[in-house]
Amino acid sequence: MNLIRRLPPFEYLTPATVEEACKILDRRKGKAKVLAGGTDLLVQMKQRKVVPECLVSLKNIPGLDQIQVQEGEGVRIGALVTHQTLAASPIIKEKFTCLAEACRKIASPQIRSIATIGGNLCNGNPSADSAPALLALDARISKEARHSLSDDPLWGFFVEPFQANLRPDHVVTQIFLRFLPERSASSYQYLTKRTAVDETLVGAAAAVTLDRRGLCREVGIGLCSVGPVPFLAVKAEEVLKGKKLDAAAIEKAAQTAAGETSPRSRADYRREMTAVVVSRALTKCWQEIAGRYSNHQ
Amino acid sequence: MKKTVSMTVNGFPYELEVEPRRTLLEVLREQIGLTGTKRGCDRGDCGACTVIIDGNPVASCLTLAIEVHGKNVTTIEGLARDGHLHPIQRAFVDHGAIQCGFCTPGMIMSATALLTRNPNPTDEEIREGLSGNLCRCGGYNRIMEAITAVRDPGMTKSE
Repeated sequence: MNLIRRLPPFEYLTPATVEEACKILDRRKGKAKVLAGGTDLLVQMKQRKVVPECLVSLKNIPGLDQIQVQEGEGVRIGALVTHQTLAASPIIKEKFTCLAEACRKIASPQIRSIATIGGNLCNGNPSADSAPALLALDARISKEARHSLSDDPLWGFFVEPFQANLRPDHVVTQIFLRFLPERSASSYQYLTKRTAVDETLVGAAAAVTLDRRGLCREVGIGLCSVGPVPFLAVKAEEVLKGKKLDAAAIEKAAQTAAGETSPRSRADYRREMTAVVVSRALTKCWQEIAGRYSNHQ
Repeated sequence: MKKTVSMTVNGFPYELEVEPRRTLLEVLREQIGLTGTKRGCDRGDCGACTVIIDGNPVASCLTLAIEVHGKNVTTIEGLARDGHLHPIQRAFVDHGAIQCGFCTPGMIMSATALLTRNPNPTDEEIREGLSGNLCRCGGYNRIMEAITAVRDPGMTKSE
C-alpha cells in the first residue's frame, strides 16, 4: 500500500544560477534532488519512495519560468513554466495547439498551476500528456551539468518507464519548439478514465504541414500510454509523408500507428483505441488547415 | 533547521519560523490555526486542500510553506466580509450543496478562483474548473447548481 506520511526532513537550497545548482548536485553525489513544481517529487517523498537529503529548488533562477519568443524561429519554454501557463498562453494555443491541449488535460487546475513542463518530463511517466505533443512538434530539450551543455531532440530523453535520460547532476533548462511552416496544424486527442486526475489511457498528438497541393510535407505523430515510454509513431509518419492527406490516408496511418504500440495493460483496447485517437488527431489537423486555407487559393 | 517565511493570509501579514518540510497545508492548519482548509488525500488528488495563491487555485498539500514567501494566500476563512457570507458560500447554503461539508471549502475555493478569472464560464468550463475537487457524498449536482446560480444571478430556481 502506498502509505502517505508527512514529508521527511531535508535541507533546502535555493541557488541563484543553474551553474550553482549543478555544482550542488555534483557535490552531493545523488543525495540531492532538483525541486521544480514538486507535485511528483513531494508525493514520492511522502511515500518514502525517494528520500533525498537535500532539495535544490530552481525557483530563484531567473528566466526558467519564461516563454521567450524568438522571432522567425520558435519559442523557448523554460523548464519551470507551469502547465497552466502553457494551456492559457495565446502563442502556444495558436502556434503549438497540441501542446496547449495536452497541458490542459494534465491532472487538475490545482496541480496545473504548480506543476512544471520540465519536472513532468523528468519524471518519465509513460502516460505524460505533454510528451507526445512535444515529440510531434519536434521539440529539442536543453540540459546543463557542471561541465557540459547539451541540446538534443526530445525523443532521446525517454529511456525506460519513470527513468528519463537524465543524470542526477544534470538540470533540464528549457524546451525549444521551432515555428511550424504555413499550412500547419496540430492536435492532441486522448481517452482517459473517469476523473480529471486519472491517467490518460491512450494519448495521440499529431502535427501536420501540407504543401499547396495538399500533400504532407511534414508530419509528427506522438503517442503516450501505449508503450514503456512516450514515442513517435515513425512508421505511421512514413505512410503519410509526400501523400495526399485524405480520409483513406488517415485511416491507413492510424492503423499503422496502432501496430507500433506495445501497451502493458488493457493491450487490445489500447491498441484499437490508438487507431481511433490518431485518426481524430490527424483529422482535426486536416480540417484546421482546410478551414484556414479554403478562402485563399 | 527552521527558516523565516513572510506571507499574507486572508489579508493579514504573518512572519513564521518554518521547517522546509512543512507544507502550506500544515502551516495553515497547525501553525496559524486556520482549519477550514482540509487534509483529504495529502497527495494532490482530491482538492480538499485547495487555496488560492496570487489568483491561482493551488494544492496546499503539495506546496512547501517556505516557497510561499512573499505571496498572498486566500483560504476559505478569507471569503466572508464583516460576518456576511461571500455570494458563493451563500449559494452553497441556499442550494443544499453542503452534505458532510468536507469537500466544501475546496470546492468553494476552486469556484472562487474560476469565477474571479472568468465571471461568465460555460457549464463545461465550470466542470473543468472544479474537476480537481472530489465529493465523496456525491453532491456534485447541487454544487453545480450553486455555482451556476452565482453565474446567473436573477434566474429563479425552479422547484
